[in-house]
Amino acid sequence: MTVPLTPPVTVASRRVLPVGRPRRLRAGGVVRFLVLAAFAVFFLLPVWVMLITGLKPFADVSLARMWELPAGFYLENFQAALAALGPNLANSMLLAVPAAAISSLLGSMNGYILSKWRFRGSDLIFTAFLFGMFIPYQSVLIPLVQFMNTINPAGGIPGLILVHVVYGIPITTLIFRNYYATVPGEVVESARIDGAGFFGIYRHIALPLSLPGFAVVLIWQFTNIWNEFLFAIVLTRPDSWPVTVALNNLAGSQIVEWNVQMAGALLAALPTLVVYIVLGRFFLRGLMAGALKG
Amino acid sequence: MSRLRAARRHWVPVAMLTPSILLIAIFVYGFIGWSLRVSTSEWQGLRPDYTWAGLDNFVQLLSDRRFHIDMRNTLVFTTFFVTGAVAVGMLLAILLDRHVRGEGIFRSIFLFPLAVSLIVTGVAWRWLMNPGSGQRQTGLNLLFDIFGLDALQSAWHTTDPPWGIAFVALPAVWQMSGFTMALFLGGLRAIPEELKEAARVDGASELQVYRRVILPLLRPALLSALIILGHLSLKVFDLIVALSGKDIRLDVPAIYMWTTTFDANNFNRGAAIGIYLLLSVAILVVPYLVWSLRRETEL
Repeated sequence: MTVPLTPPVTVASRRVLPVGRPRRLRAGGVVRFLVLAAFAVFFLLPVWVMLITGLKPFADVSLARMWELPAGFYLENFQAALAALGPNLANSMLLAVPAAAISSLLGSMNGYILSKWRFRGSDLIFTAFLFGMFIPYQSVLIPLVQFMNTINPAGGIPGLILVHVVYGIPITTLIFRNYYATVPGEVVESARIDGAGFFGIYRHIALPLSLPGFAVVLIWQFTNIWNEFLFAIVLTRPDSWPVTVALNNLAGSQIVEWNVQMAGALLAALPTLVVYIVLGRFFLRGLMAGALKG
Repeated sequence: MSRLRAARRHWVPVAMLTPSILLIAIFVYGFIGWSLRVSTSEWQGLRPDYTWAGLDNFVQLLSDRRFHIDMRNTLVFTTFFVTGAVAVGMLLAILLDRHVRGEGIFRSIFLFPLAVSLIVTGVAWRWLMNPGSGQRQTGLNLLFDIFGLDALQSAWHTTDPPWGIAFVALPAVWQMSGFTMALFLGGLRAIPEELKEAARVDGASELQVYRRVILPLLRPALLSALIILGHLSLKVFDLIVALSGKDIRLDVPAIYMWTTTFDANNFNRGAAIGIYLLLSVAILVVPYLVWSLRRETEL
């Protein structure tokens, strides 16, 4: 089993023009472009609404004028949202960064073993790991809450980090296993003949080769943990709430104005959006790994 | 190689994998077993009560009105969400495959919702799908009014059951069709140009090339999309919570499990719903996992 479950997906455009046929379908091209542009408007609409609503003073957020442009850059909503969600944004950061880092290290070790040091039963173990990726967490939620209340009664961030690291094992192991599967067996074998052991090969061959794999896993885990809601709401108390829980609460309250809610939603989305914009191609690879094969 | 070293070769990797094996064994399989135990118990209230109740909780749910609503909602949501996300993703992939100007920008725009939390999506779409009409109209209804498309105005997710939940599929499609687009685009780009060219040389029209050559080759990507979207759809939770709070008309098993367990302390019923959810996902995913691994061994 040397072929990875997912061949590295490249959606990057293939810059080969169709051979033979003259490109006569000019009108077709325009239609295609217009349809795509219409979809682009649909996809950007919610962000546009959050932005223009967030930038308006409350007096201007009358229902009827929702789609009008804000008169200027009115940033007080963002200040209010930051005051309300600031501690939770910090909690999310303290949660997502360490959890993503630990996940990556664990996943890389697992992936290294399951692709280069396979032993009897290791494929079965890998399959058993993978199933953990798909389970509805409601099916483990009651024991999880009971267990975490016993070992971490304060309900703080460290407990939530542990939970995210554990349930992150399947996807991080999968991504790294696929990654290491592309390293030729001969490279590992010749290092072995040269006297390198398990850790030597990991440190000097696997680890340096898998830096892009780390980028994929770090980004994937950071995004998912930042965006996660269910574990956060059952395992944390208000003072350790990540931003998703706090935002849901803010949006559910009748007291907080719409424009502050929109500014808050935008703030909550900003870190993962920035990561996506800057490192999108790594994000895409993580996404595709979940489909097992592209 | 000495026997000692040979033994060491197998011993170290197993030892290094052991922590993960233990964690998965406890947190996934152990906890599922524990949930099963709770689901067959009398536990209602804050104090655990493991008195054996057999399958009572599972049987009761089958005649529970709220659970019926949940199953119907899941069915309607799944139908609209999976169909919508596959159709939109397929259309976008086909359009993008033909090397359109600005392809990179379009791709980025279609994919960015995947990086956004479902809670954020729910909050934004709650504003867009505001059901108000007349003087109180806003959101998309107001936008339709501005463009003279009043006929498109809707009560959205507050439409009478069972169709309200169908509108929840709209933000879900918004969020996930970038994923199906990427899957299909990957599939399309893997089809050799010669294959399409050969069909064209044989006199196939562009439409026939798609129907006879391209779409059949996309079947593996379609299968992946159906499994991933299907299991997400069975588990849908965050989006509905953020969109409508705990509106019973949009109730789904994942929300029922959450409220009956943590608001009403019906731990045994909550666990039974969790197990039902697990079974529904397992029916979908286990054959797929087995198929994926077997195919891999064949290659």
